[in-house]
Amino acid sequence: MSDVPESKLEALEIKLLLEALFQHYHYDFRNYAQASIKRRLNRAREQMGFATYSQLQDGLLHNPALLPHLLSFLTIQVSEMFRDPSYFLGLREKVLPHLRTYPSLKVWVAGCSEGEELYSLVILFREEGLEDRTLFYATDINQEALDKANAGIYALDRMQLFTANHRKSGGKSSLSDYYTAAYGRAVFDRSLRQRVVFSDHSLVTDAVFAEMHLISCRNVMIYFDRPLQDRAVGLFKDSLTRKGFLGLGAKESLRFSNHAGAFLDFVKDEKIYQRRAE
Amino acid sequence: MTPPSDPNLQAIVIGASAGAVEALSIILPALSQKFPLPIMVVVHIPPDRTSIIADLFREKCNLPVAEAEDKEPIRPGTIYFAPPGYHLLVEMDRTLSLSNDEPVFFSRPSVDVLFESAADAYGPALLAIVLTGANQDGAYGVKSVADAGGSAIIQSPAGAYATAMPAAAITACPSARVLALADIALYLRSLEKV
Ligand SMILES: C[S@@+](CC[C@H](N)C(=O)[O-])C[C@H]1O[C@@H](n2cnc3c(N)ncnc32)[C@H](O)[C@@H]1O
Repeated sequence: MSDVPESKLEALEIKLLLEALFQHYHYDFRNYAQASIKRRLNRAREQMGFATYSQLQDGLLHNPALLPHLLSFLTIQVSEMFRDPSYFLGLREKVLPHLRTYPSLKVWVAGCSEGEELYSLVILFREEGLEDRTLFYATDINQEALDKANAGIYALDRMQLFTANHRKSGGKSSLSDYYTAAYGRAVFDRSLRQRVVFSDHSLVTDAVFAEMHLISCRNVMIYFDRPLQDRAVGLFKDSLTRKGFLGLGAKESLRFSNHAGAFLDFVKDEKIYQRRAE
Repeated sequence: MTPPSDPNLQAIVIGASAGAVEALSIILPALSQKFPLPIMVVVHIPPDRTSIIADLFREKCNLPVAEAEDKEPIRPGTIYFAPPGYHLLVEMDRTLSLSNDEPVFFSRPSVDVLFESAADAYGPALLAIVLTGANQDGAYGVKSVADAGGSAIIQSPAGAYATAMPAAAITACPSARVLALADIALYLRSLEKV
């Protein structure tokens, strides 16, 4: 009985910690891909100064102030503007000609992190003359990230990469038209947010958004296990208009999803899918 | 220096950095279509996103070569490369997963991340191989593999293009066998017969 290996015990502690996080704070990481959630919890435990996951759980339950700190370890805020420029080129050349036929449009950026992907899409739509008829919904579970997205301020030294990406995406303007540089920061123009609604929304626990024409959800579902990915893709399917578009991250696909049959490959290399009409 | 109990091996993981292409070119093309195990490989390459390494080895190898996709079930006799810019991990249900987490020792993909997760998933049924490289990624990982009962082979630093990575792995995991590239290839070929 006492011979349970340390690793099994640790797996149990992690399970209990995630259950506590869900039951007490309603953040549901129970079905995130195990291998990487384990790594992140391990870093959190070390950096937050707890010897065991059980002690971390105790601390978390009795001290709500620890929650944001833990969440910052559990969600990954790695992003870029026009990340994978060919994805944005695919949208520009293949998807926007279809969207142009609608009088009004809704775009959902799911897991928008600190806003890099959102601003990329708004700039793309502006360049293509579609911004005025579009409403953008930008959602994430990390409130700090949403606040930063809403502020639209980035370190100036990131602009070189963002500018190069923008150009490769077929950009028709200069990225510097959209921000002012001050004190090492690039402050993006508030007019880019005119048509944007930010909200706290979880792909794990929250409901559908109605009648989207394009959903961009990149590098979010790689953190989910297969059943949870299926839930999220089902949510996207139900949120899209007939023939609406779904864009995923460069290394994600619907190939292993239960809902694969509900979508067509639209721009195969860019992981852009179209919801079937029926 | 116990040799791994071959019939029980279910998977192989390989990590390499500076000099990786040359080293892998001696090992991977040597395997025939009969090679029964999946091989997951992390090579440090700058994340310029054009993933040429899988294409390169597809041309050279008898085994199917793929760039790993997220949530892909692991198939036997297949070589998977981590895509540049992503960590590659093995899940307990033996599917592959990718992540954008911060680099480890400035590397993404990281050898440690692959090895540790594969050690959890395969335990004693895993063989880890550390090849040439100029940093210490992989040392912690190879130790995790050994701690979980798996076996380890490290390229002999004497013949390696860059010695730091194999040397760090040997220090972290003294029980590993230290072999020249040609002998690693020979050993892997011997697994085809079991
Ligand atoms: C790696 S970032 C991706 C940012 C951006 N989409 C991109 O591709 O560059 C992942 C984002 O997903 C968010 N996220 C994680 N779990 C989520 C969930 N259940 N629902 C919504 N967003 C989630 C994280 O907070 C983080 O901002």
